[in-house]
Amino acid sequence: MNIDSIKNGVVIDHITAGRGMRLYELLGLDALDCPIALIKNVGSKKMGKKDIIKIDAAITLNFDVIGFVDPGVTVNIISDSVITEKRSIDIPETLTNVIYCKNPRCITSVEQELDHIFRLTNRDENVYRCIYCEAKNSQIF
Amino acid sequence: MRSLIDILELSTSELDELLSTANDIIANPKKYAHKCDGKKLATLFFEPSTRTRLSFEAAMMELGGNVLGFSEAASSSAAKGESIADTAKTVSCYADIIAMRHPKEGAPLVASMNASVPVINAGDGGHNHPTQTLADLLTIYREKGRLNNLTIGLCGDLKFGRTVHSLINAMSRYEGIKFVLISPDELKIPSYVKNDVLEKKGIPYSQTTSLEESMSQLDILYMTRVQRERFFNEEDYLRLKDSYILDLPKLKNAKADLCIMHPLPRVNEISVAVDNDPRACYFKQVLNGKYMRMALILKLLEEAAK
Repeated sequence: MNIDSIKNGVVIDHITAGRGMRLYELLGLDALDCPIALIKNVGSKKMGKKDIIKIDAAITLNFDVIGFVDPGVTVNIISDSVITEKRSIDIPETLTNVIYCKNPRCITSVEQELDHIFRLTNRDENVYRCIYCEAKNSQIF
Repeated sequence: MRSLIDILELSTSELDELLSTANDIIANPKKYAHKCDGKKLATLFFEPSTRTRLSFEAAMMELGGNVLGFSEAASSSAAKGESIADTAKTVSCYADIIAMRHPKEGAPLVASMNASVPVINAGDGGHNHPTQTLADLLTIYREKGRLNNLTIGLCGDLKFGRTVHSLINAMSRYEGIKFVLISPDELKIPSYVKNDVLEKKGIPYSQTTSLEESMSQLDILYMTRVQRERFFNEEDYLRLKDSYILDLPKLKNAKADLCIMHPLPRVNEISVAVDNDPRACYFKQVLNGKYMRMALILKLLEEAAK
């Protein structure tokens, strides 16, 4: 399968196979009108299989979303067909409006304007808790 | 701006400092009678409370300060749909310090993020109640002479009982603490307290449904009320409300120097006959709460002035 290389844009590489679509949705890539390729189950020496997302536009990505969905992915920034920046994305300490608190007792359930902020409380088990009510995030990828 | 939302925001040395101040207030009340002259405390109570609100108000008055505020959401702009953030910004224009109680968890944190004066969490739903914990710590310290090497029994509603969660958080920082968690299966301690505090810190604890079997090993017995307002389902409340009732026969095997505590109000979980037992400390706890709130108000106002 051939996909054109991109001139100015972003390549999200080393995505755990199967998580590409979720990342595509959470990054809001469906709202863009530039060429985007989501390639699933690509062979990888290191990972066996992986997903890749190529975006043919110089957009700003929310790295916290990437780190939350799949820590360890690589983001390559491409300018004039050259990789100008290569970033390995770590798990973020806080998430703002990436996931939402579902605790009906939380203040966020009645105050619509509040940012939903989660803090990483257990790095080993990838546990995030709402800063307001300490409810654990139940979203799993 | 320094606020107090969660008891864990206070270091052990700051807790010691507050205990020391409270003990000095008890010994020398006149020395503190004008410490807050000209200062105003706003008590923003979006949920009914007798004890906590009056305790804050009495504390500020005994420091020479004044008090303003409301005691239910219906008499505030919240009834018109005002946000917590706007209320906090507005009240900051009138008062030097805020004490807030709200039924929703995290509301005082939102207030502290928007206020320009210190905010004290006076209880946010079933979540945190740090000043009750301060009252508990002073009571334990004055009754037992120490905050370490104690076996603490927590009995009743350990799921929604915010005072229990805060007390576990606070006491888990001292050496030699053991917890005995006594509750019906439906009201067991939440996993975030069990996993993130007790197990993470390696603090010994046991879980049981029997108050009688645990009694003889306890230095502290902390009773709690099963709270109607924490249940979405009335049937569950009615089924669980009478799970544990402490009476004199149950105290037969208790230590002679047991300290019986309760954050109050009680309904029927401690028999009135226990009130005359010298081991009953729950009304001392109420008084200690006022002294610790005085110490806290002083500390936060002093830090705000810096």
